[in-house]
Amino acid sequence: MSEQVKMFLNGDEAVAWAVRLCRPDVVSAYPITPQTIVVEKISEFVADGLMKCQYMHVESEHSAMASAMGASLAGARTFTATSSQGLAYMCEMLHYVSGSRFPIVMMNANRTLAAPWNIFGDQRDSISQRDSGWIQVYVENGQEALDMIIQAYRIAEHEKVYLPVMVNLDGFVNTHTYEMVEVPAQEDVDAFLPPFKSLNAVDFEHPKSYCISAGTDWNMEFRQQQQQATLDAEAVIQAVDKEYGAAFGRSYGGMLEEYRMEDAEVCLVALGSVNGTIKEVVDSLRGEGKKVGLVKLRFIRPFPRDYFKALAGRVKAVGIVSRDLSFGYEGAIGSEVKAAMQGAGTAVPAVNFVAGLAGRDIPRGTIAEMYQKLERAADGGAYQDMEMVDMRW
Amino acid sequence: MKGKPEIDHSFRRPVGAAEMPLGPCADAGILVEGNAGWRTMRPVVDREKCVKCMICWTLCPDGVIDREVNIDMDFCKGCGLCAHECPRKAITMVKEGEEA
Amino acid sequence: MLAKDLTDKEYLYGHKACPGCSLGIVGRLTMKVLGEKTVVCLPASCMSTVTTQYPQMNYTTPSLTSSFPASAAVIAGMAAAYKAMGVEDVNVVSFAGDGGTADIGLQALSGAVEQGQKFIYICYDNEAYMNTGIQGSGLTPMGATTTTTPAGACSFGETHVKKNMFEIMMAHRIPYCATASTSYPNDLVTKVEKAKNTNGPSFIHIMAPCPTGWGFASELTVEIGRMAVECGMWSLMEYQDGKVTVNKFADKPKDVTPYLKAQRRFSHLNEEQIALITAQRDKELAIIRGWAKQ
Repeated sequence: MSEQVKMFLNGDEAVAWAVRLCRPDVVSAYPITPQTIVVEKISEFVADGLMKCQYMHVESEHSAMASAMGASLAGARTFTATSSQGLAYMCEMLHYVSGSRFPIVMMNANRTLAAPWNIFGDQRDSISQRDSGWIQVYVENGQEALDMIIQAYRIAEHEKVYLPVMVNLDGFVNTHTYEMVEVPAQEDVDAFLPPFKSLNAVDFEHPKSYCISAGTDWNMEFRQQQQQATLDAEAVIQAVDKEYGAAFGRSYGGMLEEYRMEDAEVCLVALGSVNGTIKEVVDSLRGEGKKVGLVKLRFIRPFPRDYFKALAGRVKAVGIVSRDLSFGYEGAIGSEVKAAMQGAGTAVPAVNFVAGLAGRDIPRGTIAEMYQKLERAADGGAYQDMEMVDMRW
Repeated sequence: MKGKPEIDHSFRRPVGAAEMPLGPCADAGILVEGNAGWRTMRPVVDREKCVKCMICWTLCPDGVIDREVNIDMDFCKGCGLCAHECPRKAITMVKEGEEA
Repeated sequence: MLAKDLTDKEYLYGHKACPGCSLGIVGRLTMKVLGEKTVVCLPASCMSTVTTQYPQMNYTTPSLTSSFPASAAVIAGMAAAYKAMGVEDVNVVSFAGDGGTADIGLQALSGAVEQGQKFIYICYDNEAYMNTGIQGSGLTPMGATTTTTPAGACSFGETHVKKNMFEIMMAHRIPYCATASTSYPNDLVTKVEKAKNTNGPSFIHIMAPCPTGWGFASELTVEIGRMAVECGMWSLMEYQDGKVTVNKFADKPKDVTPYLKAQRRFSHLNEEQIALITAQRDKELAIIRGWAKQ
């Protein structure tokens, strides 16, 4: 393997580099803050002849995804990127692409949804699309973003999967923060990710009608097939992560990463960039002798149901940090983690901490307080099922 | 009928998950049933009058007329457009079930 | 080019369109020009509904049903993919209805034309959302009653004039665009051939009379389309290399009344209302006359 080149990149640039290394045939995208650097950087690569692809500067996110679908149907490897309102705007096409089984990879810069209008990060955009049939992964930093774009193509294009993959980066915290990122050599990525030969593309020798209607007599069978493919993706995700680790020296645990969970009595579960801060708090509390841990949830679809079912038997209290909120209830992933734990039949106190909406910082002190609350709950103290933290009143 | 796609009586729907296609797609050009049941009137061609100008062949919305002005009665819906447009009045519409 | 000289091969067959529906003429003749290495894209419309009733698939070439607003973006993406992969002998064509083109699909069409990829976009215009039960669209002509622009005590039907897609496409400086009619098949296939040979996006707006939605007998589809041109309610034109050519228009148009009265959708109109429609027609014809004299 050739040596990896260390570059000082922000998360968006890391994504652009990863896309370049994956050699897509077609990139169609529409600019939106904080995703813009991705599409600017790819445009530059194309303009400078460093990427050989058709770059489509489309007129909307809906068309970005529609063009990606058309390109994928023609047999092309495709990429697009969006954020927030743009993701909402392409919502119709998200379902179209997953239902029709096109292995498109998309980067989403997590940003809150208007109104109130705001360009900063939370995960309400992508989590509100969790039922769109896309595989969704959340990354912690720029390096993981680069690595997951490359892995995403392997997962999406796996013959048992054939589903689109959305790689989520927290807006600004990930997308605009510069870090040292190791960029693999082209020949090594080529070896890991061979050229795309679609199983779901137009073939004039065997002409087919695609994206057809399926009535009441057949529709559920197609849904069952889609459900099975998404469930099957879990094993593929684990395998691709291991293989990537062997090839490039970095792996992430696949569906999720456990951090100091061996003997943990209370733990937090979180998605995305906040995991970096939580790890620091865990280290600090461990230094004080507290048995705390973290589950960095990476993939929410497919969802690691069995892991959380088992977790209920291992810990005394669980907190889910949600940078999203389903109004009138709680954070959607909070509900899902709690529901999965119920399957164990043991009642474990679980608190959904809704935090960091619309880019509000989640500081160490706040995280430490979450652990304190969980410790009290573990000792039989009162706790709330859901609370919004760090509010003004 | 010569030159026209035909009903495929051997078509079989998938009987298990393994036979389902990858996503909602199906072989192009598969016909499992005709449109003859829609017809209340049928076109009858007067061979003496017909000069094979191909106007009916060109304009038939269902493409059921061939170069010899034979009509594929499996798929003719009996719209009567051919009869109306025929410059020689060589096609007449006759009620189904009645003699020409 | 003469339609009767086209291939015997049928690429669209056995569909479930209403008897006498002109979409069959649009699909058949276009595909005879484009041939089997053609991918057909169908947004939500009559065409997609009547040609993909599983398992009966009426196009013999590859096709897809795209989402309603996105057909132009889908075919632009396909064209980009074929270009990226070095495939040069494939046509991509979309058949979209009037609503799919002039209403919900207009933004994507505008964006796709600007992209410059080689594709053929055909709007078969039956002047309302027929598939969903005759609701008014941006291409429904003034005075037509539809289920969402019904004529009544306070309404004479659609109040707005028909959006001019030909001029909208001209304003994009599209390499090739044209208007056509299913009642003039030789003109239609000639235009499809030109679109096929255009190195870039092309757009053809085809008037496609609808027996069910307009309210006339199924055998009259071609005659109604002819009447529309003869009374100046529709004209056959093309735009190429920045120049408009008028192929057929009614310089001295016939009275619109027989055309209107032949259709149920206009049967409620009184003389005053017909005079309004005539005045509007004259304005449109004045523009076309100007092009014809160039």
